[in-house]
Formats: sequence, C-alpha cells, structure tokens
Amino acid sequence: MDNFGYKVELFLKDFIDAGGYRKVIAGLGNTLSIAVVGLIIGILIGTIIAAVRVFPKYKLMPRILNGICSLYVEFFRGTPMVVQLLLSYYVLLPLLGVRGADSVVVAMVVFGLNSGAYISEIMRGGILSVDPGQMEGGRAMGLSFGTTMMKIVIPQAIKNILPTLGNEFITLIKETSIVSFIAALDLYKAFNDIGTNNYEFIVPYLVMAVIYILLVLIISIGVRLMERSLRKGDRSM
Amino acid sequence: MIEVCNLTKKFGDLTVLENIDLKIEKGEKVVILGPSGSGKSTLLRCLNCMEDPTSGCIFFHGVDIADMKVDINVHRQKIGMVFQHFNLFNNKTVIENIMLAPVYVAKKKARRASIRKFFGKSYVAEDIKKVSEIKSEARENAFRLLTQVDLVEKANEYPSRLSGGQKQRVAIVRALAMNPDVMLFDEPTSALDPEMVGEVLEVMKDLAESGMTMVVVTHEMGFAREVADRIIFVADGIIAEDAPPEEFFDNPKSPRLREFLSKVIH
Repeated sequence: MDNFGYKVELFLKDFIDAGGYRKVIAGLGNTLSIAVVGLIIGILIGTIIAAVRVFPKYKLMPRILNGICSLYVEFFRGTPMVVQLLLSYYVLLPLLGVRGADSVVVAMVVFGLNSGAYISEIMRGGILSVDPGQMEGGRAMGLSFGTTMMKIVIPQAIKNILPTLGNEFITLIKETSIVSFIAALDLYKAFNDIGTNNYEFIVPYLVMAVIYILLVLIISIGVRLMERSLRKGDRSM
Repeated sequence: MIEVCNLTKKFGDLTVLENIDLKIEKGEKVVILGPSGSGKSTLLRCLNCMEDPTSGCIFFHGVDIADMKVDINVHRQKIGMVFQHFNLFNNKTVIENIMLAPVYVAKKKARRASIRKFFGKSYVAEDIKKVSEIKSEARENAFRLLTQVDLVEKANEYPSRLSGGQKQRVAIVRALAMNPDVMLFDEPTSALDPEMVGEVLEVMKDLAESGMTMVVVTHEMGFAREVADRIIFVADGIIAEDAPPEEFFDNPKSPRLREFLSKVIH
C-alpha cells in the first residue's frame, strides 16, 4: 500500500475526468432495476406458487399444478443462478431463435424466475403462519378460497415475512454482480472496467464495496419503516 | 330449511358422526349439547360444509350442498357462522370486516348482471348498481347492525383493540350483514372471560326473538333452557336425544344424557 495516494489519484482521473462515473451510474441503474424488477416478478410468481401449494388437494387439478410448482422450485433452487443466466442467454434464446436480446432484460427475467422459487417458500411459510381461522372466517362468509387468500391471508402473510422479503431483496442486489457473465453492465462491471484501464483494482473495488454497503443499508432502513407502518393493525395498546 | 340425512363423518379411521338424521325448520332455535369430543362441533360444521361429510346428504333449501358439484360459496352466503375464536379478519377494521363480504358479493352480482345485459340475456335489473352505491348501502347496513349491538364507536378500530365480548358481537354482526337465512354458532362463548359471556348471550337472545333460525353448539345450559325450541344431545357420534328443553332437562330418556346432566348440573 506504499503509493496509495497515487492510486486514488489514478482512480479519480478515470472516474471523473475520463467519464468513468457515467458508466458507474449506468451500472448502478442496471443493478437496481434488475433487482427491483426481479423482486416484483419474484413476488408475483412466489405468491401464486405458494397459494397453489397450500390449496387443499382433494381433486386432480390442484395436484397436477402442485407437481408443476414443485418441479419449478426444485429446478431454480437446485442450480446456481449463474448457470440459469448462462443457460437462458446462450442456450435457450438461440434455440428459440431470438437474436440480440437485451442482456439486462434477460437478467431481469432470470432473477425474477429464480427469486420466485425462493419467495414461494418464504410466502408458503408466511401463509402457514397466519391463523387458519382467518381462512375459515372468509370461507364461512361464502368467499372463495382465492378471494380469501388475496384479501385476508396474503396481506397478513406479507406482513409476517416482510423482514425475510427485505433480505431476499438484499440478496438480489448483491447477486446482480454476476450479470457480467452475459455481458450486462452492472455496478461490478463498471468498476472492473475502470480498474482495467490501468490495471489498478484496489481503489475501484473498495469504492464498489462501499456503494454496495450503502445500498443495503438504505434498503434495510426502508424495510424497517415499511414494517412499522404495516404493524398498525396489530398494535394492541 | 336444513335437512341432514344419513350423515357420516370420519377423520381417517375415527368415526366422529354416524348416520345422523336431522331436520331444522325455518325459525327454529336448536341447541346442540354433548360431552367434549362427542362430535357436536363437527355436526355443526358439516351443516355449511366447513367439514365435508364422508357420506350422506345435507339439504339447504332443497339443494344437496354436500355434493361436490354444487358451488358451496353461494349457499354459504346464506348460512351465517360464528366461531369460538371469532375469526375476525385481523388486517381489517371492524367496519371493513362487516362490509367485505356483502360488498364483494354485490359487486360480483352487478358484474354478472351487466355481462348478461350486454349479451342481451335476461337479468335482474336491481342487481346492476354502481360500486359507490353498493358500498354506501353496505355501510349503512353495517352501522344499523352495529347500533343494535352497541358498538358503533368501535367501527374504525382493528379487532386487536377489542375485548373478547366485543369481538364476538362484531363477528355476529359480520355474519348478519350477509342477511343469512340461518345462523350457526360454534361455542360462541367458550373462549370468553366469564364477565363477557352475558353480553354475547344477550345479543343471541335478541336475535332469537327476531325470529332467526339458529343452531347453537354451547355449554350454556341456561341459554339452552331459555331460548331453545329443541335440544339435541350428541354423544358417541349419534343423536342420543332430541327433545324440547323441559323434557330434555326434567325427563331425560337416554341413560347417556342422564349421566351427562348429573355431571353438568350441580
């Protein structure tokens, strides 16, 4: 670390004078949008799968759907996200004859599908944590399983799993650092490019780590605030 | 109004109810008594198919609602149910709890009627309403019912801020808001502190006087004697006695009931 001052100078030159900051901002934008869109898709898919998996299974149709959902979850939990990214971008898309797909969009979809598998398990736990009497109350009023689920059980389940869901979002933010495998520009790629200019990685990587930490801190605070506002209904005093 | 024939309910190998036959007429108040584990709650829960019977029929207005092909939700809208543990929706305020189902059902009806109108089929003109109209009607009705149970000032509270007795009164109002033809009560006072039992029983007595058809599972002998037209004694999965209250308490026929009464009446 003898000439650290010099290395900082080099970084600043690249970052500000050579316009490296533009790349970082673009990368940050991609990182956030992949994580946010991934989370939204994940919550939608996860909720649907969880609802299917807790549906009473007397009849054939729910059983088949349940089987499909299990397969889906097993596949996405059983393979690393990098493999899923590579498979979709370099195997599935060419097979489907799609050319020049935007790698950021591909990343969004894969992140969504992947987190859907994890969120479905989180959501299932959340749904099971809600008093079964809530479902009974709704069904006894003549509301269908789906309506009671959507209006009564899932809102309470989401409240219960919000901290875990925040965790999932943080994981997604950090996992975006693998999207450079399919040549998408994210936060990691941006700083890596800056470092490559003169093969000095120490400062860019340190700055990158700080930005990741700041992002995660902001999200944690946001989740805590949301939790507090959602807890209104069960404060007893 | 409700006719049960040959109802059998098994949980796995355990037979809880065996070949039950029961008829409940419009306006009748039927109390179901029995030792714990005798199947009385199961019998009540079978009446609106919260438990699906293993075999047998349950006719409600002449339709066998135990048939899996029947849309049970439509029929449940006319069968109110009150639970031991209230089962109020925790994420909704009192007024939202009461309005939820009536608004949902009216909206669905309105939607269906407009679609029928659009395709030129026959429809009920009164069903087509604006959402605002549906909501204000439901709100009005909810407040009218809340006034009857003296809980108007709690309308915007969440259930977690109510006492047990208040929760149960809201639960009764919530069921009544659907304008049901029959009300089922599953041990409505068993989870309450003793000093709150009275307020709930009072509401139930008022309801009985208004002519509502009621089926009540309870341990409140006083209520049974005072309100019931008929008392049914369930023991070991069968109806061991079915008699008017005077005869039930003063002249019990089955030995099982005699044994039960000697234990509960001191």
